[in-house]
Amino acid sequence: MVEPGLYMTVAAVLFFIGALGMLVRRNALVMFMCIELMLNAVNLTLISAGRAMNDLNGQVAVFFILVVAAAEVVVGLAIIVAIFRRRSTASVDELNEMRG
Amino acid sequence: MVESFVFVLMAIAAIAGAVTVVVARNPVYSAIGLLGTLFSVAVLYVLQLAHFVAAVQIIVYAGAVLTLFLFVIMLIGVDKDETREENLPFQRKAVFGLGGAIILVAAGLALFTDFEWVPAASNALIPEATNGTIEAVAESLFTDWVLAFEATALLLTIAAAGAIALAHYRRRDT
Amino acid sequence: MTELIWIVIALPLLAAVVLHFAGRRLGEPLSGWLASAAIGASFVFALVAALPFVDGGADASTVLLWDWMPAIGASFEIQWDPLSALMTLVVTGVGTLIHVFAIGYMHNDGRFGRFFTYLNLFAASMLTLVLAGNFAMLFLGWELVGLCSYLLIGFWFDRPSASAAAKKAFVVNRIGDFGFMIALMLVFTRFGTLSFAGVFEQAPEVLTTGTATAIGLLLLVGAAGKSAQVPLYVWLPDAMEGPTPVSALIHAATMVTAGVYVIARTAAIFDLAPVASTTVATVGAVTALWAASIALAQRDIKKVLAYSTVSQLGYMFLAVGSTAYVAGIFHLMTHAFFKALLFLGAGAVIHAMNDEQDMHKMGGLLKRMPVTGITMGIATLAIAGIPPLAGFWSKDEILASSFERGGWFSVLFVVGLITALLTAFYMTRQWVLVFLGEPRWDEGVEPHRAPSVMGVPLIILAVLSAVGGLVNTPFRATLEHYLEPVFEGISLLHPPEGIGLFIVLAGLSVFAALVGGGAAYMTYRRPVGAWQRFEEGLQPLWGTWEDAYRVDDLYGKTLVAPGRKLAEISAFGVDLPLIDGAVNGVAGLFLGIGQRLRPLQTGYVRNYAALLLAGAVVVVGWLLAGGL
Repeated sequence: MVEPGLYMTVAAVLFFIGALGMLVRRNALVMFMCIELMLNAVNLTLISAGRAMNDLNGQVAVFFILVVAAAEVVVGLAIIVAIFRRRSTASVDELNEMRG
Repeated sequence: MVESFVFVLMAIAAIAGAVTVVVARNPVYSAIGLLGTLFSVAVLYVLQLAHFVAAVQIIVYAGAVLTLFLFVIMLIGVDKDETREENLPFQRKAVFGLGGAIILVAAGLALFTDFEWVPAASNALIPEATNGTIEAVAESLFTDWVLAFEATALLLTIAAAGAIALAHYRRRDT
Repeated sequence: MTELIWIVIALPLLAAVVLHFAGRRLGEPLSGWLASAAIGASFVFALVAALPFVDGGADASTVLLWDWMPAIGASFEIQWDPLSALMTLVVTGVGTLIHVFAIGYMHNDGRFGRFFTYLNLFAASMLTLVLAGNFAMLFLGWELVGLCSYLLIGFWFDRPSASAAAKKAFVVNRIGDFGFMIALMLVFTRFGTLSFAGVFEQAPEVLTTGTATAIGLLLLVGAAGKSAQVPLYVWLPDAMEGPTPVSALIHAATMVTAGVYVIARTAAIFDLAPVASTTVATVGAVTALWAASIALAQRDIKKVLAYSTVSQLGYMFLAVGSTAYVAGIFHLMTHAFFKALLFLGAGAVIHAMNDEQDMHKMGGLLKRMPVTGITMGIATLAIAGIPPLAGFWSKDEILASSFERGGWFSVLFVVGLITALLTAFYMTRQWVLVFLGEPRWDEGVEPHRAPSVMGVPLIILAVLSAVGGLVNTPFRATLEHYLEPVFEGISLLHPPEGIGLFIVLAGLSVFAALVGGGAAYMTYRRPVGAWQRFEEGLQPLWGTWEDAYRVDDLYGKTLVAPGRKLAEISAFGVDLPLIDGAVNGVAGLFLGIGQRLRPLQTGYVRNYAALLLAGAVVVVGWLLAGGL
């Protein structure tokens, strides 16, 4: 039997890759995908924790996170589309007017 | 035994997919990488007896969210590959620094503290308790978490309406 | 009746308040008459309340109005005894006459109503001072009269010289007040209370000679400031910038006598400090001679009178310093009569001469202004000390007491005698220059008679100057008996007994007066050129006297200039760079921090994401490592 801790390690690595990916990529869509990566990592952690604590609420939580993530993707992509229509670019670096 | 083997395989696949997401130049390749990660994670869910969630993951995440991503990629038409150079000052340094810091913190935690992933974990895992069948999850959802459930329904509606409002194509001429 | 004595203070105070709000509407001359009525009513009231004291029938009483600071023995209490009653009568009596005079003098002035507001306020303050039953209330009145003096000297504030003079008066007085306050603090630490009753009764037990001397000398400092003695007299000549009724009331008859009153009142303390008393007398004598010499050479009619006031105050200090308190108060009273008369007369002259004040430009006014001339002549004789006018009796009592005391006081007696000669000289000089001889005024000046509203007070004061001295002659010492209860238990110096000695001393002073007066008459009666040659012949001495020994210059160089320098350093060297700099520096610091932190806001989402991640790592790492 694989210990839940190992699953969590995998999730941690996924999260790590997603986080650094956010910092490195310029394309808004790819950044979004990295966010999805991080969310998935969190979901995996929750499932494993629920398993380790013999609690079904871990999976229930994951369910809700899934739903929310879906809603978030919908709205986020709509925003990206709207921005792209204005500026014909999907690069996040172009959107830098709010600075000091 | 089987579980370990599948676990290792799926773990490697997930991480490989994640790396693809980050590294690939073409966003479509990144989307494919994400797809791989999503599938692998779904299998990991199954390994942990979260069957319902795994199914939902595939249907919703891989099926709907990823498709949506691909649609938008096509719509926006980012066919130009992204270059590898970095325009922002300090960003490279920040990335390496943060990466190193996180690894150091993790190493420190693992080696020098008595770190436990789940401190309240028991050694005996009860399969019945966490068998994520539809019945089990549904029972929890519709009794303990019914309010949150209805709220998410509302949330989805609002999200859909919001997306339409945001992305509505207005003709330039009256 | 005595419980209502506070009405004496309340009436002018109330009138001042009314005039403050309604003075402009009441207008000329109604506001003036209202003010005069208020102070006149106070006089009548005080007179009635003082009658029981005359035959020695009544005792002193203290009327408590309300508690102010009971912890230190300070409350609004009025001490009604023969001394305060006499002072009240002088203040209100002479004050009423001056108020009436001012109605005529301030005619057509734009701020007529305000003048009388201030005059009545001054009257109320002075009455607070003389009626006070404890040191705190006394000091309150002391400060208030200083304030009113400032307001009245600088009444024509659009004249820079007037506002400068007002400031000078206030500042020099403040120096004296400093001494006064320290004296009060000493009294409080020794006695634990500030009320007169408490202090004077216990003085012999509580005070050592040293402490009493200290208190006495400090009170002298305060009195010297208020009563214009050396070296704090310099404000009084400048105070002549104010309207003449102000000079008459404040700087001749009342405020400047506050110092003398205080020393007389605190006689119990001076009784224990002979050194302090002697110092008071010496200061007085020196001042008398000093000021008289300056008065010899003055050209301005009011400046002569100002220095004359300083000199006569010196006489009063000489008296109270030699513990002849009655003599001092007596001279205070007679001086109020004839000096007020002199000032008011001078005011009438100035008024008639279109504000000309240089005596070299007057002359021959006796024909044009007979009433003024005659009354001022009476006052001149009185101040010179010609019997049987008032000044003779009081001045002679002072000189006789000083002679009787002997020792060092004999020297002071001689000083006083010389001063009497000089007094007669400069006063006669003034009268001759103004009223006799050929007219010397400029074109267009038409001297005219004073209106009766100005003339009647002059006549009344002349009568008082003539007969006022008869209250205390060696033949019938009414005043002394009247004031006896106040100085019970205190060594009071009486004038010498014996008609023989009296005639000798009187003869000496009269002789001095005649010599001085005669010399002046002879010199100045001659045509113009003669006395000018006389004055020039006495140069450079005459010039020094005319410049008042250049004391103001000296003070300016040694005190004012360093003070100004100090102020400049404080303002521009300390306040501006250091304090403003510190405050501005703090603001600048934050501005700088903000400027330096600005580049953090790059506008790039990825930078922000990096920062977010860094923060999260720190927090999570710390939490996981077991901290909270």
